[in-house]
Amino acid sequence: MTTTTIKDGSENPLLEADKLTKIFGTLKACDAIDLTIGKGEIHALLGENGAGKSTLVKMLFGALQPTSGGISWKGEPVTVSSPAVGRSLGIGMVFQHFSLFDALTAAENIALSLDEKAPLDSIAERAREIGQTYGLPVDPDALVGDLSVGERQRIEIIRCLLQNPDLIILDEPTSVLTPQEADLLFLTLERLRSEGKSILYISHRLEEVRRLCDRATVLRHGKVVSHCDPRGETASSLARMMVGSDIHVIERPSVEKLANKPTPLLQINGLSQKPRGPFSVALHNINLVVNSGEVLGIAGVAGNGQGELFDAISGEVRQEQAGKVTIRSTDASLLGISARRKLGAAFVPEERLGHGAVPDMALTQNLLLSRHSTDKKVFVSGGLLKLVAQSSLATAAKRIISRMDVRKSADNPDASALSGGNLQKFLIGRELDRAPSVLVVNQPTWGVDAGAAALIRQALVNLARSGSAVVVISQDLDELFEISDMMAAMVHGRLSQSVPIEAMNMERAGLMMGGADASSGPIHVGAA
Amino acid sequence: MTMFEAILLTIATAATPLLIAALGELVVERSGVLNLGVEGMMIMGAVSGFAAAQMTGSAWLGLLAAVLAGAAFSLLFGFLTLTLATNQVATGLALTLLGLGASAMIGESFVGLPGIRMQSLYIQGLTDIPYVGKFLFGQDPIFYLSIFLTAAVAWFLFKTRAGLTLRSVGDNHTSAHALGVPVIRIRYLAVLFGGACAGLAGAQLSLVYVPQWVENMSSGRGWIALALVVFASWRPWRILAGAYLFGAVTIGQLHAQALGIGVPSQLMSALPYLATIIVLVLISRNKRLTLMNTPTSLGKAFVPDR
Repeated sequence: MTTTTIKDGSENPLLEADKLTKIFGTLKACDAIDLTIGKGEIHALLGENGAGKSTLVKMLFGALQPTSGGISWKGEPVTVSSPAVGRSLGIGMVFQHFSLFDALTAAENIALSLDEKAPLDSIAERAREIGQTYGLPVDPDALVGDLSVGERQRIEIIRCLLQNPDLIILDEPTSVLTPQEADLLFLTLERLRSEGKSILYISHRLEEVRRLCDRATVLRHGKVVSHCDPRGETASSLARMMVGSDIHVIERPSVEKLANKPTPLLQINGLSQKPRGPFSVALHNINLVVNSGEVLGIAGVAGNGQGELFDAISGEVRQEQAGKVTIRSTDASLLGISARRKLGAAFVPEERLGHGAVPDMALTQNLLLSRHSTDKKVFVSGGLLKLVAQSSLATAAKRIISRMDVRKSADNPDASALSGGNLQKFLIGRELDRAPSVLVVNQPTWGVDAGAAALIRQALVNLARSGSAVVVISQDLDELFEISDMMAAMVHGRLSQSVPIEAMNMERAGLMMGGADASSGPIHVGAA
Repeated sequence: MTMFEAILLTIATAATPLLIAALGELVVERSGVLNLGVEGMMIMGAVSGFAAAQMTGSAWLGLLAAVLAGAAFSLLFGFLTLTLATNQVATGLALTLLGLGASAMIGESFVGLPGIRMQSLYIQGLTDIPYVGKFLFGQDPIFYLSIFLTAAVAWFLFKTRAGLTLRSVGDNHTSAHALGVPVIRIRYLAVLFGGACAGLAGAQLSLVYVPQWVENMSSGRGWIALALVVFASWRPWRILAGAYLFGAVTIGQLHAQALGIGVPSQLMSALPYLATIIVLVLISRNKRLTLMNTPTSLGKAFVPDR
């Protein structure tokens, strides 16, 4: 491992962290971290989940106090004792999991993070102005609960800019955007840089870090492993620094090599569905076929009906007519989720805690919850009382944990005690353990670090190649290109044609996600 | 005084304690805390108010004592649920049980003693206006306070920055904490306000409604107030409307009995709760209404992460 130290670009650094250390109990989340951010630079902070990025950022922003070490701001040592102090110094933060209030309007949300006592009307006006200046249009009177993820992010950024900060911390800002939306964000960031503002940019996406950032600090296990110039590195060399070893490259054997002829395992014919609530999207005439041995990737910006499609396939929402959803040649349209599972299908929803798993239940209990009907003979003993077979549950949980390399602190912890990535590995492992014929996954690697994501992706490809049909709904195009055999996109509740991956590229994917497919001649925006 | 005016006045007297206690609980719930101890705080207010007025001879000092007692009692709830992060439902129920027991013990020596009634307003000319004069200008001070409180709470919640902050804590305490909002402090203040209001409502019972001390004299009004908050979908002016509606139902039930109309009184007593269930069903049918009206963090303990 080479640790290069390059001179920082500015004579007067804006922010310097000196041996910042944070200890939680026995865990050194951050261990003597040095970090210098110059004026007018975009500085990348890289690292896997659990590397200490968010702990470090929280200390800079004032949400956590360091155990030892100090922070200098514009050359002066400072104590950032609370986020309010951070804000008054000129440090703004845009959170990854948006810290917005659904029941309040955009303007009220913005007002809450401003310390001044300005009346609401003037804040709405200024929000509109800033939005226009930086290409971030929003309606101040809109209820945040009604807005799309992209619009929410705009509010977060405007909220931050209204405080006129010198340093803006962005946590995974592009993970929810289309490539085109991300490009717009980059323009905004470059414009801010040209105005002399500094940006601390946290991302898993190495290509965009190389494109956008002037310098990078790489963390691993709470320590700085490198300060480098990302433009002088490759994506794989950056990944190596983050992980400490080479990232596993997904192996995708060609479909032709499969022993059996591909047969359709999941079919959807003309599925339409009315919206079920004010925040729900209608589905319009969805058609798809997934063959054995195949991974179908469904791209799309959040909120275009992916969740509704997932619920419709899983049986969480049943169809009103027969003949819409067919699993392994059996019409499943009127069946519920357990019946569909018994047909050999398995489902991993997007939301891990509260949907994929019950937060306050142990892993074995969560295992039982999704598989009590499909594996009744294994997990539930016979007899009148139908006692739970604890020992076989524990064995199965152990098998999943070792197969998916789930890292945990206790023997059989509650689902909520696992980190996002580890819980996701467990949830996917829980379904893979059944060797399902059809697997539908929504956002398999959302917020999961590179090592775990690679493991999950490889497991999905392997399942398909063993003769199952796999549907992956994802907003991460790189991921879909890595694992899909066929690709489609969802826009406004409509699903595009499936296109073989060989015929796809980023640009075409972006157009499909925007509602237009360049291959079909003239662009039809929002075509039915 | 006409029959009409008499009915109007009795409705107001029956509605006022419900209104005040529910307004206090509204602020508490808007901050994300569910305090089921309203009944307990109310009865503590009633007994303290009665005792203080008895001993000092001043109804106003009784009122003050009731407010302080309610607030002090709510502080106990706050300490348990906010500082020690205990379960809010269980703690609230315990508070009610404790309040009923403690008030009976404190009030033992006051049973049967003549109380001190809070003087009603009298303005020459205005109070004598037929039909509405007594209702508008001839009631006890707590009635006027309750109307003022409704307006004040509505203004505070929806027009002031502090109110916005309080609503944000109730909507999403994690986000509020991340923004640097002092979640626990705001909830303490809200809980104290709720306790003070419940105490005041109790004082209305023992200083205006029935100026004497009777064990368990709140007789479920704290529960009706709790139901009223949901019934009004967490809106102050709807609480006013709901309180008068429930007050009218209570009074109507008495008059119906006097006239020999055969409506089972149990059914009438159950009406507020039935109405609340219907409102809950209507709200939860619509996700947007739920989001707009229900404090999302309601009843969830907040423990700042590390």
